[in-house]
Amino acid sequence: MTIFATMRRAAVLGGVALAAIAISGAAFAQKTKLTVYTAIENEQLDPFKKAFEADNPTIEIAWVRDSTGVMTAKLIAEKDNPRADVIWGLAASSVGLMAGMGMIEPYTPANAAALKPIFKSGKSPETWVGMDAFLAVVCFNTAEAKKGNKPTPTSWADLIKPEYKDSIVMPNPASSGTGYLTIAGWLTIMGEEAGWKFMDALHQNVSQYLHSGSAPCVQAAKGERLIGIGFDMRGATEKTKGAPIDLIVPKEGLGWEMEATAIVKGTKNLDAAKKLADWASSPKANELYGKYYAIVANPTVKSMPPNYPADGEKLMAKVDVDWMAKNRERILAEWTKRYDGKSAPKAK
Amino acid sequence: MTLAASNRSPILRVAMSRDDLMMRLGVVLFAVVLLVIVGLPLWSLLAKAFEDRDGKFVGLANYVSYFSTPALFDSALNSLHVAAVCTLIVVPLAFFYAYALTRTVLPVRWLFQGISLIPIFAPSLLPGLALVYLFGNQGFFKGALGGPIYGFDGIVIAQIFYCFPHATLILVTALTTADARLYEAADALGASKLRVFFTVTLPGAKYGLISAALVVFTMVITDFGIAKVIGGNFNVLATDVYKQVIGQQNFSMGAVVGMVLLAPAAIAFLVDRVVQRKQVALLTARAVPLIPKPKLGRDLFFTAFCTVVAAGILVILGMAAWGSLIKYWPYNLSLTLANYDFTNFDASGWDSYFNSVEMAVGAAVFGTTLMFVGAWLNEKTREFYLMRGIVQFLAFLPMAVPGLVLGLGYIFFFNAPNNPLNFLYATMGILVVNTVAHFYTVGHLTATTALKQIDPEFESVSASLKVPVWRTFGRVTAPICLPAILDIAIYLFVNGMTTVSSVIFLYSSDTKLASVAAVNIEESGATAVAAALCIVIVITSAAVKTLHVLADRFLLGRLQAWRRR
Repeated sequence: MTIFATMRRAAVLGGVALAAIAISGAAFAQKTKLTVYTAIENEQLDPFKKAFEADNPTIEIAWVRDSTGVMTAKLIAEKDNPRADVIWGLAASSVGLMAGMGMIEPYTPANAAALKPIFKSGKSPETWVGMDAFLAVVCFNTAEAKKGNKPTPTSWADLIKPEYKDSIVMPNPASSGTGYLTIAGWLTIMGEEAGWKFMDALHQNVSQYLHSGSAPCVQAAKGERLIGIGFDMRGATEKTKGAPIDLIVPKEGLGWEMEATAIVKGTKNLDAAKKLADWASSPKANELYGKYYAIVANPTVKSMPPNYPADGEKLMAKVDVDWMAKNRERILAEWTKRYDGKSAPKAK
Repeated sequence: MTLAASNRSPILRVAMSRDDLMMRLGVVLFAVVLLVIVGLPLWSLLAKAFEDRDGKFVGLANYVSYFSTPALFDSALNSLHVAAVCTLIVVPLAFFYAYALTRTVLPVRWLFQGISLIPIFAPSLLPGLALVYLFGNQGFFKGALGGPIYGFDGIVIAQIFYCFPHATLILVTALTTADARLYEAADALGASKLRVFFTVTLPGAKYGLISAALVVFTMVITDFGIAKVIGGNFNVLATDVYKQVIGQQNFSMGAVVGMVLLAPAAIAFLVDRVVQRKQVALLTARAVPLIPKPKLGRDLFFTAFCTVVAAGILVILGMAAWGSLIKYWPYNLSLTLANYDFTNFDASGWDSYFNSVEMAVGAAVFGTTLMFVGAWLNEKTREFYLMRGIVQFLAFLPMAVPGLVLGLGYIFFFNAPNNPLNFLYATMGILVVNTVAHFYTVGHLTATTALKQIDPEFESVSASLKVPVWRTFGRVTAPICLPAILDIAIYLFVNGMTTVSSVIFLYSSDTKLASVAAVNIEESGATAVAAALCIVIVITSAAVKTLHVLADRFLLGRLQAWRRR
């Protein structure tokens, strides 16, 4: 075979390969690619995508996932030229903020009527629809408690007892949405005056305010701290992995937040986005959420993921979401003045 | 850059040659590039310091409200405190280590040199995780510090680990380019060792010492990764930016703190101007490199010193490596490789790792070209002071900017609907450009230092032989500087592998990076998996560095042979 023949063969092969790529590309291109911004947990990404795409074979989900704070900041920064089509799984307070900024395309999904009322924005058409709720619970490390001979707390009032001095971590509300919903919950349940008094007392027992909502239960799970106040689902998964912790729902009630779905205004794939919004509020989707969260939007879906506290839903504080949003700056300023920056080494 | 020209006797102004014109055009073009990748994105965020949340102009109102918060002074003081302490520890430590590497005869010198670089290969998450394993409430040496690791102590230890190689690299460069003739002269004059150290060695390394101090100081001030993981309640300015931007989506306040953080950059820039004025070429055409001769007492002392420092680095790395194999810390210490199966913990799994490699290679290629050619234009262009000053300033800016600020600025600038470059947004391209911009300063400094060490005689001779500048650049300057060029490329590669704070805002569905994935995984509680991903990143960068060293030794040896006597 001459050199030229070899070259020709190579060219033909290359051409075939290119054509194959082009064809598969074309088949690929028939699918609508939806860019979905989310803060759901890593392990949920694949199951959610697969379940939706199985029912909607013409649509493909491209996830962009990071923590709630990063995704909210990114969405707001992209406001003038939105890159996301749909938000699926971001804190409702963040989505509410964006709705207020005119960044959300109002749409009432097909299955919205069947959902619990608190899981909806209340607007017509809806700006967002809730998926599941999460709570700011107490993660209590039983192994460390045994070593230190510490009693199990059952209420917020227990946490200000002197035996828990320096053994509590909670999220810093100035850095973490979970932190803010935690203190907003206290202010709602106890009232403002008693709420701040409680936090003054709690501050004596808090060893650290952390920068994320997951971190407190993770630290409690790993025995870094006896008690972490934070994101319930993280505590449950750590327990499933073998951590010696109990998830405690304090009997006074507690702050909570939900994850929500919304369509981004300006999306070029509105039809596909609506299909995703419809699907995300369907009973099927709610069953999927129920694998990870105990409290979901659809009242007929009963689910109890492993190691979840049982009575959380009954004790959800009657938080006024609008009040939370309007008073956020004031509450955070007050909180920061009282507790942040007091980093001087405490007497041990 | 130097103002030395003004000291010379006024000479007749020579008409600009075609070369001069080309060079000036190049400088202008380069300034435009820097403006697009550094200046404008930063401005599009920092301008928000003068706006309220709805984008209305409010003048200095945000500054007033920020400066009237007592927390600011706490954070600013804390930042200065921790940066000063780290600088005072790291610079002498790195100086003696670099001195040992360049001026004494160490056994397995290459090994000591390699170990000193390890921290630069690691994401800043790694020392944080390792310190928790070591000194945390469940750690092996809990209580050894006499207090909790979370807070000031933790930040200082982690920052020392993290900044040490940066300072060492700069100081090794500074100490390598010594002229042996000076030492021979001092020896012949019977100067004592101490006197030689203070009158020859230290002054020769002065520029390196100041650069190292500035780099360490600003690195500590702007880094939030370490403070976030191990800082506890110890608030610093960089965590204040985090709270404003990520915690409260208050970009205006974030921009205010970002502006405050620019102060160290401004100071660094001024100091550099002053120092550079006095800097003269160390490598004259007639210089002779210094080759250390064995001396038992000194060599033993420095071997012991280096062993202690290297052991410290290895303990932290080793702890992270061991932690990455643990099933469930601290309750199930049995070992497993399952933590390396990243697909179970992050949907993008190993993809993010390959994205990182691709991005780091892109940053190394694009960045090195830009940095070296840019530094060359800026160094070798005659006069044109104002424009060159602007370039120098733009090149200095990134060092002082927290990544969060740069990353957000990139969204505002590159995602603007009327920006013709917005096709770059949400591609691998923008991650590459952002990384190059983020790490611009050190690369630029390295290139500038290398170029300054070349005697201008080379250019003068070329010019008088009527050789065009670009040919001198290709035939003489670039080959002489090849080691520095490769250093820049490696620097960009390893930083591309570990960078988080800026790119966290910029990746899209198919360009997630391993360093970001590690942070996400750590947040979700899978500490061991995060440690595993960090270790994979360290191994990758270390392997690339090893290739570099081998290439340096066997390929470049020939190009540099002329330096030896």
